[in-house]
Amino acid sequence: MAPDQNSALSFFDRQPGTLGGITSWIFSTDHKRIGIMYLWGIMAFFIVGMLLGFLIRMELIAPGRDIMDQQTYNVMFTLHGVIMIFLVVIPSIPAAFGNIFLPIQIGAEDVSFPKLNNFSWWLYVTGATLALVSLFTGNGPPDTGWTFYVPFSSNVTTTNVNVAVIAVFILGFSSILTGLNFVTTLHRLRAPGMTWTRMPLFCWSLYATGWIQILATPVLGITVLLIFAERILGVGLFDPAKGGDPILYQHLFWLYSHPAVYIMILPAMGVISDVLPVFARRDIFGYKMIAFSSVMIAFAGSLVWAHHMFTSGMSDTAVLVFSFLTFIVAIPSAIKVFNWVSTLYKGSIYTDPPFWFALAFIFLFSIGGLTGLILGSAGTDVHVHDTYFVVGHFHYVIFGGLGFGLFSAMHYWFPKIFGRMYDKRIAKIACVIIFTGFNVLYFPMLIMGLQGMPRRYYDYLPQYALGHLISTIGSWILVAGLLLMFGNLIKGALRGKRCSSNPWGGASLEWQIPSPPPHHNFVTEPVVDRGPYDFRGVERDECD
Amino acid sequence: MTEHHEEHHTVTYKLNTIIWGLLLVLTAVTVAAAQFDFGFLNVVVALSIATVKAGLVILFFMHLKYEKPLFKIIVFITFLLLAIAIGFTFFDIGYRY
Amino acid sequence: MSVIKDYTGAKLGMWLFLFTEVLLFGGLFLLYAAYLHKFPSEFHLAGKELNVVLGATNTVVLISSSWFMAMSISALQQGSVDQSKKFLLLTLAMALTFLVIKYFEWSAKIEHGIFPDSPELLARPAGEVVFFGLYYLMTGLHGLHVILGGGLLSFAYFLIVQGKVTPQDFVFLENSGLYWHLVDLVWIFLFPLFYLIA
Repeated sequence: MAPDQNSALSFFDRQPGTLGGITSWIFSTDHKRIGIMYLWGIMAFFIVGMLLGFLIRMELIAPGRDIMDQQTYNVMFTLHGVIMIFLVVIPSIPAAFGNIFLPIQIGAEDVSFPKLNNFSWWLYVTGATLALVSLFTGNGPPDTGWTFYVPFSSNVTTTNVNVAVIAVFILGFSSILTGLNFVTTLHRLRAPGMTWTRMPLFCWSLYATGWIQILATPVLGITVLLIFAERILGVGLFDPAKGGDPILYQHLFWLYSHPAVYIMILPAMGVISDVLPVFARRDIFGYKMIAFSSVMIAFAGSLVWAHHMFTSGMSDTAVLVFSFLTFIVAIPSAIKVFNWVSTLYKGSIYTDPPFWFALAFIFLFSIGGLTGLILGSAGTDVHVHDTYFVVGHFHYVIFGGLGFGLFSAMHYWFPKIFGRMYDKRIAKIACVIIFTGFNVLYFPMLIMGLQGMPRRYYDYLPQYALGHLISTIGSWILVAGLLLMFGNLIKGALRGKRCSSNPWGGASLEWQIPSPPPHHNFVTEPVVDRGPYDFRGVERDECD
Repeated sequence: MTEHHEEHHTVTYKLNTIIWGLLLVLTAVTVAAAQFDFGFLNVVVALSIATVKAGLVILFFMHLKYEKPLFKIIVFITFLLLAIAIGFTFFDIGYRY
Repeated sequence: MSVIKDYTGAKLGMWLFLFTEVLLFGGLFLLYAAYLHKFPSEFHLAGKELNVVLGATNTVVLISSSWFMAMSISALQQGSVDQSKKFLLLTLAMALTFLVIKYFEWSAKIEHGIFPDSPELLARPAGEVVFFGLYYLMTGLHGLHVILGGGLLSFAYFLIVQGKVTPQDFVFLENSGLYWHLVDLVWIFLFPLFYLIA
């Protein structure tokens, strides 16, 4: 085929000689199309999860029954957790932006196993469908919380846990295959000259993430299969009446679910490491330390799972050991934060929307990380365990960290994906509203938690009424900001100003090909002779 | 993409058969050893023999001996993490049961 | 467009997939280790009830299947397609033998009323309930992998017949072989843990 003719066509356009249409998307092996499809799926479920969270907050606006009964409330927070964790957060940055940009950033045509990549997406769709099926079949949607703790999930509840855990199993499988694909791609398909130390840090973070996906997710697989086996066969492995030990379930569950926290946050850290140098117009401070700390977080994060179980009744020795180990993870995380801040020092900064979101990320992630130390220290954890402090903490880490990293990525790569620019001024306003709403929503939770408000409760004592009211008002502000942001992005994708290939002046490979990227990424295979943050001679193109 | 000129190491029939023989002998040894009671060491003996057998399968039948260093490192890390997962759990159950 | 097959990449991908299998079984091995620690004497007694002769036979069967598998790959690498096919059929025959023996073993236990949640089993001490629970789950999951592996090997055989797996391009057979050896590996540990612990 003629490369010149093909290279003029973006990956959104129908390829000459093919039928096009919906099947050219859902059966596509093009990493960019698969990434876009993930993006739509993730956004759709984000809206659903956001709506559920909004309704939970509405119920909690005042003590007593407001808009729903207890059982509905239990179902709501379970669904909010399951949807946000397994359908939005875990696939978000790796499956969407990783798919679109990882091959381009290393100068490859595609991932190592394109068909497997399409299969992962189908698994995601299947898992998502099953999750929806579990809502409308059996004895109602699961009400176990996203953690599916036994013995409630295995012996007590009659809700449709069976289908939900199978959905989780399939979603986990999808995540494993994506990670496997990325790790192989990074080992095998780097362009000539693309050494490990010339890779953008986003790729490094996906590499570390890929390893966690491969090594931790199967443990979740067997854990949910065991719940299934308990419910169907009554094996009794977690049933004290039959000799089982429910705490072992928690070990298995957190063996995956703690490292999973790093599946969530590492790619966001990668995005921030890519965004900050571009807008500060200088090389990242401590490239090797940031890259190394990603791998270090992946490894150290696998050693600390039992810090979720300090009050579960496990042995005091374990509490001591896991509390100590938990503090080790703080070191590589802090290395990253200090290096990001140092990158800004003496930079010549452009304050564009991706940069605003990145700054918000650093601020919110720092709060999330520091509150994590309070929880990781066994003595203080006994006081705040299973309170709103925990809820506040993980929303600061996951939403403040991953969420803002995702928004930063959306605003950063938007002109590359669509070849158009959103309204920057509205994007900044949206960023401020989201940031404000976020803090009004979650900061009171930290205080209420310290005062003893337990999580997952349908009703509460009058002394928490003010905190809950403020928190609910925060949720309105947050939702308003999110709607403004999404509206602005959608409008930008359809009618924004056209942009040429490099509106931010990025130096990594994705900015050297047209926007939107053509079907085969590169007309000729690129040869790399410089680092990803070497901005000498790189200009910012203006959008018209 | 870059050209990959790759060497494929072929394990001979003879070596395959020797490994098979060794695995059968070790199976006999482990069954025989189970007839004696070493007390606490029963499990250690059984698992040590199993580990040697597993090593033979991985190195020769699965060709790990002839693979690039990368493969050896990642296999090692995987089993290390599995050992950590099981070992660290004993910080709990070792002091609780 | 690249048509050159990345052989090492394909193998790397397969190894990574095998790691996920190792960790999948790893969760069950973790439970086994914990419960062995909790109920050493019950595990000892319950293990005595399993048939060592059948277990050892199955071990020999699986080891031999692994040998045939390795021979099949060596044969194909040396260019003898017919021999490769023969060895592959022998591997499949061994897989089938394993499943048949396993079937009789399970049926015998189930006839004696020993299966998860059976009144017969629940009347026993807690440690034995857990032992047989693990026995059914672990050998069951392993059996499922034997079936999947058998399917994969049958498909590899079909591809050799079709001329799509050849002495020049045999990565599919090699990867199927890797999967099959892993199934063998898991059994190498299951055998002493369940049958010889007595």
